[in-house]
Amino acid sequence: MSVPVIELRELVKIYRMGEVEVRALDGLDLTIERGEYVAIMGASGSGKSTLMNIVGCLDRPSSGTFHLDGIDASTLDRDGRAEIRNAKIGFVFQSFNLLPRTSALENIELPMLYGNDGRGRPARNALALEALQRVGLEGRGRHYPSQLSGGQQQRVAIARAIVNDPAIILADEPTGNLDSKTSEEIMAVFQALNDEGKTVIVITHEADISAHAKRIVQMRDGKIVEDHVIAQARLGDPARAREAQA
Amino acid sequence: MKASAFRFWNILHVGLSAILRNKLRSSLTMLGIVIGVACVIAMVAVGSGASKSIQATITSLGSNFIMIFPGASTQSGARIFTGQSNLTVEDAIAIRTECPAVAYVSAGVRTGGQIVAGETNWGSTIYGVDVDWPFIRAWNVERGAFFSESEVRAASKVAVLGGTVVENLFPGHDPIGQVIRIRNVPFRVIGVLERKGGNMMGQDQDDQVIVPYTTAMKRLSGTPRLNLIYASAVSDAAVQDALQQIDALLRQRHRIPPGGDADFMMRSQEEIAAGAAETSRTLSLLLGSVAAISLLVGGIGIMNIMLVSVTERTREIGIRMAIGAKGRHVLLQFLLEAMILSASGGALGILLGIGASRLVTRLAGWPVAVSPEAVALAFGFAAFIGIFFGFYPARKASRLDPIDALRYE
Repeated sequence: MSVPVIELRELVKIYRMGEVEVRALDGLDLTIERGEYVAIMGASGSGKSTLMNIVGCLDRPSSGTFHLDGIDASTLDRDGRAEIRNAKIGFVFQSFNLLPRTSALENIELPMLYGNDGRGRPARNALALEALQRVGLEGRGRHYPSQLSGGQQQRVAIARAIVNDPAIILADEPTGNLDSKTSEEIMAVFQALNDEGKTVIVITHEADISAHAKRIVQMRDGKIVEDHVIAQARLGDPARAREAQA
Repeated sequence: MKASAFRFWNILHVGLSAILRNKLRSSLTMLGIVIGVACVIAMVAVGSGASKSIQATITSLGSNFIMIFPGASTQSGARIFTGQSNLTVEDAIAIRTECPAVAYVSAGVRTGGQIVAGETNWGSTIYGVDVDWPFIRAWNVERGAFFSESEVRAASKVAVLGGTVVENLFPGHDPIGQVIRIRNVPFRVIGVLERKGGNMMGQDQDDQVIVPYTTAMKRLSGTPRLNLIYASAVSDAAVQDALQQIDALLRQRHRIPPGGDADFMMRSQEEIAAGAAETSRTLSLLLGSVAAISLLVGGIGIMNIMLVSVTERTREIGIRMAIGAKGRHVLLQFLLEAMILSASGGALGILLGIGASRLVTRLAGWPVAVSPEAVALAFGFAAFIGIFFGFYPARKASRLDPIDALRYE
């Protein structure tokens, strides 16, 4: 069997607020295989944001190990984590987080500016265009975020997340700022990406959003309380059926 | 290595587009540096122009030039400046005959008066001098002739005019041979002096009328006393000798005991030059420090705006970090932004400074000189200020925690 894309063991994160210690993550174990589509659910305060920060290499665990794509990410320093974020993780945020007054294409090119590939401008441009196409926004490359609807902005953000071909797409409440119709469209984009074999992790507290995923992980008090695979979503697809049996 | 050089260009591009994205803020940031650099360049140009002009004036005084003025005299143990001159024509003649280090001597009488030519009149200063005066002052007659020995002896009513006087009394026509009246005494104009412009006190040296000293004493001042004596040493090296010889001679003639206070004062061109050089050095220093302060203020302005910019762009920094920018990339970006702002501000300032210098040349008529050194210095200093004052905000940006930065509203 191949190396899991995410492997968390005994993960603990403790925040200190003066005298009080808050165990945001309390000995959490989680394995996510390549190509999975996982929804991480939980009420606020359940530790899902902390988990996302650690999985997203924005933060370090207090103890425990975290392997991302076979690399031990729990001991990396700031620069090391920045490199991992650039190469392995595609972030999609609730508030889109596009650079204002910067065209959609330039926003999508952003991760390539900090990468180690040394791609030239034409190559970056071609990749950005391709990513824009994959999220169904061809022709909008020159638009500024302010000229795009919320759904379109989120598509640009997704294009930015996938442009470096990361190991995981990490979406934090990706539909939190969108109406239900647009939410469906965005979830369809994630679905399509997953169909192409991308690993997608969505953090949400909305049940109908998590319903798009193939696996739902429920968190409470820094622990995983429920972890189940939704079989019915995969009917008719052999690849999905295989995973469902796993 | 290749990748990092490559990334440098990417980050430079990022910084440039950040500057262009916010044109108003960028121009305001630059403004301080623009003014600072323009100030330095214009001030240095004006300063060096002023000192060049002073140098030119000093040279125009004539080489080896010495002036002897009447001074305070000591009577009954009290130093009194009587206003009554104690220099005589005989003193001047004695200097000429008895001081070997002195080449030329001219008696000098100064008086003022209204000069009338036909319908027009003009108030000017009238100098009565001797025939050697043009050699002492290194001042040539442009048209006509200077008066001769015989005209001095005869106390002829002839005059040589300065350029300004000609301009005011005879606009557009030749004054030679015309008659002017000074205090109702008619003088025939026999020559016009070449123009010399203002002296270092800002007085117009061309606003004067030169007449024989004999005529001036007899017809205008009515006193046998001299207001000054002009002299020149035989060479630059002989100026000190000449001063000593004149001092000794006049002390003897005025019966001043050794060690007593002289009743005359001497000024050599060297002293005047030294004084003027000191003045212009002080001026340059003053202008320079004003300019330096404005550059400093400009630098603080850059830091101020960069700090605001870092706070305002916290979220942008968070986004960049989330997608893989390292601390040093953010540092480099903000540092480059500061440097680009101050360097382009510096470039604009150079243009503005040169423009301002040209304007001063036109308005003040000074030979303002924009020195390449001042330009290089101001530009280098501006770039340095960009780095120095850009570093703190840039470091602050680079140390942000991406989680906090992303959450920042």
